[in-house]
Amino acid sequence: MGTRKYRRKTSHSEHGPGDGGRTGSWRVERPVLDPSLCIPCKRNKEACFICWLFCPEVVVSRTIPPTFDLEYCKGCGICAEECPTKAITMVDESKFSDREKHQE
Amino acid sequence: MHIIENGNVAAALGVKLCRAGVIAAYPITPQTPLTEKLSEYVESGDMKAEYIPVESEHSALAVCIAASSAGARVFTATSANGLLYMHEQVQWASGARLPIVMCVVNRAVGAPWNVWNDQQDSISQRDTGWIQIYCSDHQQIIDTVIKAYWLAEKVSIPVMVCYDGYILSHTYMPFDVPDQNTVDAFLPPFQPPYALDPDEPANLNTVTLPDVRLDVRGELAHGYMEIRYLLQEDLRLALSDAAEAEKRFAQYFGRGGDPYIEPYRCEDADFIAVGLGSLTYQLRTCVDQLRQEGICVGVMGVRYYRPFPDTIIAGALKGKKGVIVFEKALSYGYEGALASDLKSALYEHLAGTGSLPPVQNFIAGIGGREIRTEDLTRMLRAATQGRVSQEPFWIGLKL
Amino acid sequence: MQVKTNILRLPTQEFVHPGTRACTGCGLAIAYRIGLKALGKDTILVVPPSCLTVLQGLFPVASTKLPCLNVTFASTAAAASGVLATLKVRGNDHTTVAAWAGDGGTGDIGLQALSGAAERGDNFIYFCYDNEGYMNTGVQRSGTTPIGAITANTPFKGKMQQKKDVPAIMAAHKLSYVAACSAAYPLDLYDKIKNCLHLPGTKYFHIHIPCPPGWGYDPRHGIKIGRLAVETGYYDLYEIVNGQFRLTAASEKLLEKRKLTPVREYFHAQSRFKVLTDEQISDIQSHIDAKWANYYKKDEC
Repeated sequence: MGTRKYRRKTSHSEHGPGDGGRTGSWRVERPVLDPSLCIPCKRNKEACFICWLFCPEVVVSRTIPPTFDLEYCKGCGICAEECPTKAITMVDESKFSDREKHQE
Repeated sequence: MHIIENGNVAAALGVKLCRAGVIAAYPITPQTPLTEKLSEYVESGDMKAEYIPVESEHSALAVCIAASSAGARVFTATSANGLLYMHEQVQWASGARLPIVMCVVNRAVGAPWNVWNDQQDSISQRDTGWIQIYCSDHQQIIDTVIKAYWLAEKVSIPVMVCYDGYILSHTYMPFDVPDQNTVDAFLPPFQPPYALDPDEPANLNTVTLPDVRLDVRGELAHGYMEIRYLLQEDLRLALSDAAEAEKRFAQYFGRGGDPYIEPYRCEDADFIAVGLGSLTYQLRTCVDQLRQEGICVGVMGVRYYRPFPDTIIAGALKGKKGVIVFEKALSYGYEGALASDLKSALYEHLAGTGSLPPVQNFIAGIGGREIRTEDLTRMLRAATQGRVSQEPFWIGLKL
Repeated sequence: MQVKTNILRLPTQEFVHPGTRACTGCGLAIAYRIGLKALGKDTILVVPPSCLTVLQGLFPVASTKLPCLNVTFASTAAAASGVLATLKVRGNDHTTVAAWAGDGGTGDIGLQALSGAAERGDNFIYFCYDNEGYMNTGVQRSGTTPIGAITANTPFKGKMQQKKDVPAIMAAHKLSYVAACSAAYPLDLYDKIKNCLHLPGTKYFHIHIPCPPGWGYDPRHGIKIGRLAVETGYYDLYEIVNGQFRLTAASEKLLEKRKLTPVREYFHAQSRFKVLTDEQISDIQSHIDAKWANYYKKDEC
């Protein structure tokens, strides 16, 4: 079964997530949020969101609390580094039992 | 409407009639008057187009590629080193399947510098996946530009319309300028299969992989190899689209013949001279002379050089006593490109049938060296009497 | 009306999908993501071979939700002119054409086409994302690689030549708008984009992009390093509007603060500068000090 019937004859890409595969498999540590330190959580209203601003991978949600899409989070640690209250820590992947879920 | 004008103006009129929307222009002798003429049409309001005076030929074709990808009918022209400078883009345009029409006003390539006519520039681009058509007079220039747009947009492959620098670009001939309404009927507005659009976003010509891969809809998309194969396949199929273009043109404008070859006194000929462009018209004089001497020769102009009409050419040369190819370019390190392709076609179709003619190859007019009709006649006569040379023979060399 | 946004007012719509092939902690990914928010949906992108090509995805999957044309290395600005020409000829005066090219594709191989487009006054916005090297091909030196930086082809001695000042070259074209930005200051980038789109001709943006593998630092420090470049007065955030220069954001604050972080902190944070001698650093420090003395003087007038 070949590609004869494919609709385009050129390199014409449509958009979608995960071009790089499950990039969550790249990381060696993952971000963990402590809501007691997180500003929007404490105030229970939209505030800060610096982690959302600086995430290179669009995996931090702009919600209360912010959540991390572990399917794609590469574990760069920028969110943890930039969080003004140190609410986010990077924790070694080996500590988590679901780590196989994000392997290729 | 019949006028007397030069070849560059004939081309410019063709582009104007085809309502090209975006024109990229960079000067290079002997193409320059063509794009100058277009600037007159645009500035006077005669032509509604964006005229982009780019800063290099590489950018000229880049502008055309981008403008065509966004859905406009485009045009540019160049010669010699300008064409060589845009070579990367020439390859890009065909791989991107864009219906760009470009005039190449044939000129010798450097080094060393030479502004006069030969065909090394366009011949050196024969592998790039463009359709290549050679014109022999001004009527063919204007008509071919019009047919080229129709063909390019039908098959989504760019077309190079080639004509000899100075010999055609700067000389004056009478020709008929088709009427705008008829051209509009022959060539409807450009309808691309896709044009860049924020409402239908797509990423074009991005990196492909050696292998096939699923797309976002879960369908198996081509790999690079399939995309390139489809270009080749469509180029070969374009041979029949070229015939259709010719037929359609004849219906609308009342003229046109065989798209692939232009034979003159070939049917009963024993020997056939073959060439590209205006040289073949000069060879007609030689043919007439030799016919008077009782030597049965004819001359066949090849118009479509790519895709190469191998079947037609082999059919036309089958059983002839000799074929003599005259060229203004060569594939350095071997022989004339046309001679090679022609021999390959003959071998492919006629080997073992007993009707495979011998082929001789003459090189002439390199760097605009004057091609004297008496020299052509003499070589053609000699070639009908025996093999003149093992290697391609350079006429008019003064070593 | 000048836009000055904050995080909470930033549009929430994302124009990039997660799961790209960009490196962990890629600085370009941050600048690109926020930049696209400023450009909005009615945009056509033009991209030459570069890190962005890879970030945008391999056929047939694209990570960007906007139409994009991939072009040859030297032709980015010419292609942008071409797209623009088609829009014009079709009477479309609302769609933005935005080119995103790397420093090599802008200041080296792409400079000719960019200069041509700028001279013609073609109305598009051009982003040079400057990660200071040919990073996509494995960290080779480019015209904008700073002096002393170790790269794959300046492996022992570091680059011997100065960083090419591409924004200054573009400013010499008398553009209506030239800006220097940084991935570490995305809101400044956002505001500048929003505030320049109505200006005529080619708008040029130079964005400083920290690059973890190319510069040699732990990815989590990317923003910090980008900030250090600015706080040391080494890389300035500014805009030139119709020839008028002004520092912006954190660089503007330095005018008031009158105190620069020592530039050695910036160099010591990245392993690519490990062969930079104390003398060289001291020399660079004095150039920075002289530059800022000039800024302070102009500010007083």
